[in-house]
Amino acid sequence: MPETMTPIGGRSSRQGTSLCAGKLEAEYIEVSSTVEMNVEDMARLGLKDGDPVRLRSASGEVDVRCKGRTTKDLPPGLLFIAYGPLSSRLMASDTAGSGMPISKHIAVTVEPVSGQGQEERAS
Amino acid sequence: MSDNIRIINDATCTFCGCVCDDMNLTVDLDAHKITKAENACVLGRAWFKEHGGNENRPFALIEGREASTEEAIEAAAQILANARFPLIYGLSDTTCEAQRQAVAIADMIGGNIDTTTSVCHGPSGMAFEGVGESTATLGEIRNRADLLVFWGGNPAESHPRLFTRYTVTAKGMYVPNGRKDRTVVLVDVRRSPSAAVADIFVQVKPQRDFEVLWALRALVKGRRVDPGIEQVTGVPLATLEDLAQRMKSCRFGALLFGMGLTMTRGRHFNSGALLALATDLNEYTHFVAKPVRGHGNVTGADNVVSWQTGFPFGVNLGRGYPRFNPGEFTSVDLLGRGEADAALIIAADPAANFPQSAIEHLRRIPVIVLDPKTTHTSKLARVAFTTATYGINVPGTVYRMDDVAISLRPALPSPYPSDEEVLTRIKERVRELLGGNRVPAMSAA
Repeated sequence: MPETMTPIGGRSSRQGTSLCAGKLEAEYIEVSSTVEMNVEDMARLGLKDGDPVRLRSASGEVDVRCKGRTTKDLPPGLLFIAYGPLSSRLMASDTAGSGMPISKHIAVTVEPVSGQGQEERAS
Repeated sequence: MSDNIRIINDATCTFCGCVCDDMNLTVDLDAHKITKAENACVLGRAWFKEHGGNENRPFALIEGREASTEEAIEAAAQILANARFPLIYGLSDTTCEAQRQAVAIADMIGGNIDTTTSVCHGPSGMAFEGVGESTATLGEIRNRADLLVFWGGNPAESHPRLFTRYTVTAKGMYVPNGRKDRTVVLVDVRRSPSAAVADIFVQVKPQRDFEVLWALRALVKGRRVDPGIEQVTGVPLATLEDLAQRMKSCRFGALLFGMGLTMTRGRHFNSGALLALATDLNEYTHFVAKPVRGHGNVTGADNVVSWQTGFPFGVNLGRGYPRFNPGEFTSVDLLGRGEADAALIIAADPAANFPQSAIEHLRRIPVIVLDPKTTHTSKLARVAFTTATYGINVPGTVYRMDDVAISLRPALPSPYPSDEEVLTRIKERVRELLGGNRVPAMSAA
């Protein structure tokens, strides 16, 4: 069953260093298509590190690889994903008159993906 | 490494808004690359390693075909001269000199100019206009601040030297022992790597920053706050009371805030609440607030667009005078509604960072891109220029996140033109095509 969670888009060291090499290079693509998830949430969904998982918001859906984080570092229900082309697909274009689309704390449903890697979905 | 080495001292890294100007670069002139960047952080080292030396890209592409810079300038000028609602966007990773040319083009063609600020600290810019800013330079914070509150950001990964050069561990005139003389607080929804440097970590429930800030304002003013605040925000009242007391009793406090406030529900109200808290605290001590800015010259973009039009971003010149209206003239809105009929993108990648409806509209209209690298946006562009990298190949001026202007000291020549050069030539050609400004200046009558 899909569960509703809250992704936080943000920067990371590897996102920054791989950005310098280029957004179309393998490392940046890998970094920006990985979502960090609470390990208890992952266990409940039957996920392990590296498994593909589908995030679906009201505006779009992406398939990414998941990576576990302890409850101390990432509370249950929260996700962390580095800014990039995939995190942007979850955003709506309505800015509520501010110019800024909501880029963090977008409600998404999360479900495991079986037999289909993110590379195929993202193409 | 060859023996043909040149050392450039006090060069500037333009990767992030810290704009550290104490880089000592070792340049291998035979290999045409920077082999060492002394004093650089992990991001700066990657920046110098990956930029400046790659000369394999074509000078320009027109509809995917290789072209000269001259041909691309003609194609770009034709697009802009024939557009009825052109958008100029980006500008946060180029020099102030290039930004100035972009504003001049927008003025000439009666276009819309916006910068990456609108999807960064644009809400903070709106808040500045609403409640003001109790501000300081990073030098003042380095030399004076004994209380540092980082809110909604993760500088350990996004701005590593903000901690070591300007704030947490830096030794200053009135904080001679550096870290030992400062109390460091991190407020965030998750325990990011920045929590490692904090004495106090305050974990807030997502989308509850405004409530925490407003409760702090009340506590600072001596008002009662209901203990039920913990259920709403996840932060115990005792933690808030302790933080309010620390803020009031410090000698010099600084709130340094990130996009955890601007990119979430509340946006400019969140930034406004934090700015108002800083101002309130000046009843008791000296307190300042600064947004932590991402791109190397995004602050320069704010300054240049402000001094040329009166407004920092989201400016429309279609009537011959500048109008500022976030939500109407900001790029995500304008593209999402399908309004712009051409786009000139300088040093930005909206095709990677914008919502899908905005990207889909970029695919429908002629797009001109200036960038040192191939990007998602350059791949969909009708005209794509390869330009030299600012700070590494190109001299000029940038603004640090605290509005301090810094001159660049380039390390390597580039066969590619600078953004300023390309924009200046586009401007001149558009002027020829239009015979002057598209929108006549308003008469005094």
